Amino acid sequence: MRTRSVYRILSCILAAAAAASVVSGCKSSHRDPFPASGEISGWTKSDETRVFAASDLWQYIDGDAEQYIKAGVISTSTSDYKYGDQIEAVVDVHSMKDAAGAQRIMDSGRGPDAKSVSLGDAGYAYAQSIVFRKGHSFVRIVAYQSTPQTPQALLALAHGVEAKF
Amino acid sequence: MKDRRQFLKDAATSAVLMSSSGKLGMAAMLGKSAHEDKSKVVIARDPSLHGADNTQPDEQKVLTLLDRAITSYTGHAKPMEAWKSLVPMDQVIGLKVNGLGSKGIATHPALINAVAERLQQAGVKPGNILVFDQNGMFLAACGMTVNRDPSRMRCYPSDAAGFEDEESSWGVARIRLTKILTRECGLVINMPILKDHQMAGVTFAMKNMYGVVDKPYSLHGNHCNPAVADLNCIPVIRDKVRFTIGDAISSVYDGGPAFHPERLWYPNALIVGQDRVALDTIAWQMLEQQRAQAGLPTFAAVGRAPDYIAVAADAQHALGTNDPARIHVVNI
Repeated sequence: MRTRSVYRILSCILAAAAAASVVSGCKSSHRDPFPASGEISGWTKSDETRVFAASDLWQYIDGDAEQYIKAGVISTSTSDYKYGDQIEAVVDVHSMKDAAGAQRIMDSGRGPDAKSVSLGDAGYAYAQSIVFRKGHSFVRIVAYQSTPQTPQALLALAHGVEAKF
Repeated sequence: MKDRRQFLKDAATSAVLMSSSGKLGMAAMLGKSAHEDKSKVVIARDPSLHGADNTQPDEQKVLTLLDRAITSYTGHAKPMEAWKSLVPMDQVIGLKVNGLGSKGIATHPALINAVAERLQQAGVKPGNILVFDQNGMFLAACGMTVNRDPSRMRCYPSDAAGFEDEESSWGVARIRLTKILTRECGLVINMPILKDHQMAGVTFAMKNMYGVVDKPYSLHGNHCNPAVADLNCIPVIRDKVRFTIGDAISSVYDGGPAFHPERLWYPNALIVGQDRVALDTIAWQMLEQQRAQAGLPTFAAVGRAPDYIAVAADAQHALGTNDPARIHVVNI
């Protein structure tokens, strides 16, 4: 019980640190991984970045949170984006305890129809989503609309996020 | 002033009384046909409802499909008569939607608005319609804007309304219920969206009740079994949540409950009924069929068969039937 409390407090501190770095955009090792509006051609950051500690992740992805917690998630940051009026997307950045945890989450979502992409340490894509791992971070970008431009637009956004690490 | 224990007791009691005096009567309340001892589940389909680009479905088509589903279920020829037979006009009607999977796989706003429109036309005051889900983010995913103005349809989340101080419990479920359910609503129309679920296997009618409690994550152990069944046995849930208009316009057949567009599928259907166990049994069948078509293994093969459905049907829980022979499926 005591261990759980300590873990919860540590998670909150780490999440708060991650949130602070996102808000301040500081250029330390906790750099904001979310490109600002206009930084990637065509993409606008349409919402504030929200940060969830592991203990609060259920508020964002209840039902999915457990697999991230098992894999060692420390915090999850998320923000919405728009590509003109055509595409809405969400960028989730999961900070894991180690690269193995990030890899485990990435592998769990990979189907036979996924295509490998050159992003971070490893990545793959579908028509409406891209995931990649960079160090101990796992990034998932999902578009809500399927348009002819979606795959290329998502790839550009993913490269923009990758460059922020 | 009533204490909290009395309030919860009264809430459940009034729901039972309202049910038994309703025009559908006790047999219909359990979704039983008057002519046969079966639970009725209507699956209404319109293949033209939704395109493959995940844009929102046509609102008029959704309204028409809803009318077909409700009239078929009740046996009334006219939608207004059907609605009047289902809901009391003088009480707050909650619409428990599901936006957990983000706007990519949430109860469609066109369906929520269609139900709200028909309720108002049937005689329910706009302010007596209350759309709710776990939190504001989930409601936004359903295209809903928070509104507490009683002159219009209201919409706010469980966490903003607050939870009862006193725990409610049944079996392994020990939770605090949202005051929206215990204090505001006289009846709740359950409006889940059909999805695969990493832990429960299937999430549809019964699992949607995780959005009315303070700590849904506390009910995830052992693939949500028996927690889903136990939760639905809590009297206020059992008695007030009496009708389901399930959204199967789009669905995620793997990787849920989150939105995985690569596993998106368009049943273009509404699944309607009162027997929550029968509804989940049919939902499970539909997901299994789609998974088989996609070349995926069964839920049992991947270790997450929704065993809570059978538990909900057992003698102890008695929430409905999971026996296909006792479910009257009407495909329209």
